Amino acid sequence: MGAEVVVEGLTKSFGRQTIWRDVSLTLPPGEVSAMLGPSGTGKSVFLKSMIGLLKPDAGRCEINGVDIVTCSERKLYEIRKLFGVLFQDGALFGSMNLYDNAAFPLREHTRKSESEVRRIVLEKLDMVGLTGAEKKLPGEISGGMRKRAGLARALVLDPEIILVDEPDSGLDPVRTSYISQLLMDLNAQVDATILIVTHNINLARTVPDNIGMLFRRELVMFGPREVLLTSDEPAVKQFLNGSRIGPIGMSEEKDEATMAAEQAHIDAGHHDGGTDDVRGVVPQVEPTPGLPERQAVRRRKDRVMQILHTLPPSAREGIIDSLTPEERDRYGIQSGVHATLGNRRPSPRPRNQEWQPAEGTLDTEVANLPRSDWRGGP
Amino acid sequence: MTAGTTSATFPGAGALRQTGRLFALGLDVIVQTFRRPFQFREFIQQCWFIASVTILPTALVAIPFGAVVALQLGNLIRQFGAESFIGAAAVLAIIQQAAPLVTALMVAGAGGSAICADLGARTIREEIDAMQVLGVNPIQRLVVPRVLAAMVIAVLLNGLVSVVGVLGSYFFNVVLQGGTPGAYLASFSALAQLPDLWISEIKALIYGFIAGVVAAYRGLNPKGGPKGVGDAVNQSVVITFLLLFLVNFVLTAVYLTVVPPKGS
Repeated sequence: MGAEVVVEGLTKSFGRQTIWRDVSLTLPPGEVSAMLGPSGTGKSVFLKSMIGLLKPDAGRCEINGVDIVTCSERKLYEIRKLFGVLFQDGALFGSMNLYDNAAFPLREHTRKSESEVRRIVLEKLDMVGLTGAEKKLPGEISGGMRKRAGLARALVLDPEIILVDEPDSGLDPVRTSYISQLLMDLNAQVDATILIVTHNINLARTVPDNIGMLFRRELVMFGPREVLLTSDEPAVKQFLNGSRIGPIGMSEEKDEATMAAEQAHIDAGHHDGGTDDVRGVVPQVEPTPGLPERQAVRRRKDRVMQILHTLPPSAREGIIDSLTPEERDRYGIQSGVHATLGNRRPSPRPRNQEWQPAEGTLDTEVANLPRSDWRGGP
Repeated sequence: MTAGTTSATFPGAGALRQTGRLFALGLDVIVQTFRRPFQFREFIQQCWFIASVTILPTALVAIPFGAVVALQLGNLIRQFGAESFIGAAAVLAIIQQAAPLVTALMVAGAGGSAICADLGARTIREEIDAMQVLGVNPIQRLVVPRVLAAMVIAVLLNGLVSVVGVLGSYFFNVVLQGGTPGAYLASFSALAQLPDLWISEIKALIYGFIAGVVAAYRGLNPKGGPKGVGDAVNQSVVITFLLLFLVNFVLTAVYLTVVPPKGS
């Protein structure tokens, strides 16, 4: 199973400009998470801080119990071997062909024979659909191919944590879906922890188990996908709809006057630029049939059901609706229960507080804690 | 990379910080040189690359340089009436001062700028980041072979410049100024001594190191985008030149104090 990443109070600024402050989140081991946010909110900076390429001003980022913000350089290089990182442009070595690029980590860090290296590299290149392009140089191929080659290189060491920076930029929608599917299949096969940084709404809605959003120098929220997808938070709502109406402006923020002016335009019949209202929980991408089941799904369900009573009602509905009859049975939910859960203020569980059952009776009523025989499944 | 909230803001702090980081990179390079596995292949490739871009220009610069020294000295010395010592003075000037400087300018201008541009392009394409993420130290992997190559090539080029420069000055003195070959050759070792050659090579070695480290430092820290790489190359050459002349002054002063002139 992949490693758990615990980020606490991470703050980063360049000179006087704060990029984001006090970001706290936990990437649950083996699950797929996504970090959303408008362009320029420091998503890539966050990713680079997580692997120690940039040094945050404050906070901790623990991987397998090692805080990479304060640990020694030598330890940092050790920890990084657990990571597979796909950079925005693939970040391939321009002087090597695709085969050598993908073989680079193997040759550096393992004592595998050349034939073994060859087998692994060809397998990964095949996985990303680049069979036959091994001899090409990065300068000779398209951006999408570079991206896929970068992914192959990130995968050769069988990483426990895979970080993906904008897998969709420069790719057409079809290839984006293929990449999504590939990430899902990977998660099913190796059970790695995956973090995707993106602003592709479609990908964000269908792929991750957990979603977070950075905006206005803060982590607006981070939680199970249902929470964000059904959120009433204006910035989240606007972002998921790709609409011009909301707090996100062309520059980082907009003022009241601009917002009012835009609202007036919309009221006068001008299109807001958004698609249809796409809120709501949509089915998640499944691994390709024939592959093992994603372990993360079950773990996540157990986890989410334990904190269900702390989630906003709309998210709760979404979660309960997505359960199969057997699962409802397992968690002890009768259909229709969620309608009576009451309407508390939507908010994901604040991360820096111990959670307390909000109203004593709810947790026994809604979520039976998982029985132990469920954990060690196939 | 480590500019945190605590960084001081007094005037000149930026310059001090840059100097400190440059120095830190220099130390890093020295430490990482002894870290196995040594990147032998990269080292040879870089040696060949730097040699291929510097040999011809260096030779072409060395000939007129020797000639200028011969002309200038020839005129001066004739006024003193010491024509027989023209060879001695020319050799000393060329080997001690001209050769290491010409070498350094070439290694910095041709080799250093190429190193800086190469590393700069890699940095903005995130190749350096990718390398670090793959658990490989780019200083050990990329910078050390380049700096060592610059040093080796500087030492070798220094020999080339010395020979070509002396030949050039001989030619101009004998053919154009009507000097006598015998006088030139006879006084050849009147003033020059073996330590002069040593200091010349040591200078070249140090200049190669400085040129390599400065180029690598500017290359690894370009400011924003492709234009930043261009600026970085420009700055790396300028900074190297400034440092070289400063270091040359210090080394020369130390040498003249420590090593007694011939015959005294």
